[in-house]
Amino acid sequence: MNDSVMIEELKDLGAHLEVRQEAAMLSHQVVGGELTVTVTPTNVPSFVQFLKDDAACQFTTLIDITAIDWPEREKRFEVVYHFLSMTQNQRIRVKVPVREREIVPSIIDVHPSADWYEREVFDMYGVMFSGHPDLRRILTDYGFRGHPLRKDFPTTGYVEVRYSEEEKRVVYEPVSLVQDYRQFDFMSPWEGAEYILPGDEKKEA
Amino acid sequence: MGVTTSLNTAGADKEVTTQALSNELADKGFLLTSTEAAINWARTGSLHWMTFGLACCAVEMMHTSMPRYDLERFGTAPRASPRQSDLMIVAGTLTNKMAPALRKVYDQMPEPRYVISMGSCANGGGYYHYSYSVVRGCDRIVPVDVYVPGCPPTAEALLYGILQLQRKMRRTGTITR
Repeated sequence: MNDSVMIEELKDLGAHLEVRQEAAMLSHQVVGGELTVTVTPTNVPSFVQFLKDDAACQFTTLIDITAIDWPEREKRFEVVYHFLSMTQNQRIRVKVPVREREIVPSIIDVHPSADWYEREVFDMYGVMFSGHPDLRRILTDYGFRGHPLRKDFPTTGYVEVRYSEEEKRVVYEPVSLVQDYRQFDFMSPWEGAEYILPGDEKKEA
Repeated sequence: MGVTTSLNTAGADKEVTTQALSNELADKGFLLTSTEAAINWARTGSLHWMTFGLACCAVEMMHTSMPRYDLERFGTAPRASPRQSDLMIVAGTLTNKMAPALRKVYDQMPEPRYVISMGSCANGGGYYHYSYSVVRGCDRIVPVDVYVPGCPPTAEALLYGILQLQRKMRRTGTITR
């Protein structure tokens, strides 16, 4: 099966969803051989249920849930779901744009495997899911403050740990970097870097 | 090779010190040494190490104990419990969340205890130096005896680090550390 046939099939699938789930969908597009569907938050569980049950879809496998932070947008976060249909040999991406304090309905009733993924999205981005039985942090430290994958979170965080010989335990202290923070970029110093390398400022004088 | 029942064909000891020891033993029937040297010899010759594998360095740590480099020929043995170990090899990225556990495990080890920090992450944070979740060097949590550089260090490098630790123990080893 070549690429153009697969893209046609994805377009057909998109059109099929457009007809059957018109109320839930905001848009759909096929880019780079992948189908992306944008859905409103309230309709997520019913839409995912439809993807799972419909004979033409059968997206029974939840691959991943993650999110993207767009600080400049009014709807700041985009929750992204990936599904796989083993029987149809197809994949689909579902995007859900949400505002900062907006709550997304959990899809845990449809896909029980969404449990830890939703906890991770909550941990990393602070997006809340309603109907989740145990929505707490999953990866970050106990008592961690903030959501690390938000763009406004500093890379170095707020606290660092050290063993205190006086208190005989590991203590948390505000971050103090011994070595200055470095901003890494992908520019090569040999090929048109857009900054003055240390020492080069003497060249003109 | 198979099993042989003939006389020992290994020949005489090649090293001068071994020859001297062997002759002394054959001559007198016993050896004389200081208690400290004997204790040091015992300590360096039975370094039971804690397998504290945290990341990819742990794989190199496994290579070190596999047949090619065969760490156990130096009398070491991997132990799963800190209460049976003398040496902790911190192999991998130490995160903030793991730090109290690392310290707890270190505190459970009996004296004398030694720590090898293996790899860039354990030495000083390495690739994750500026991360919000990684300790910038495991020497912030436990005292370190030997640092093994590399990302990850080769099995040879870790082996060299362990030999250096044995040297350090011979040089500084006392009954109370």
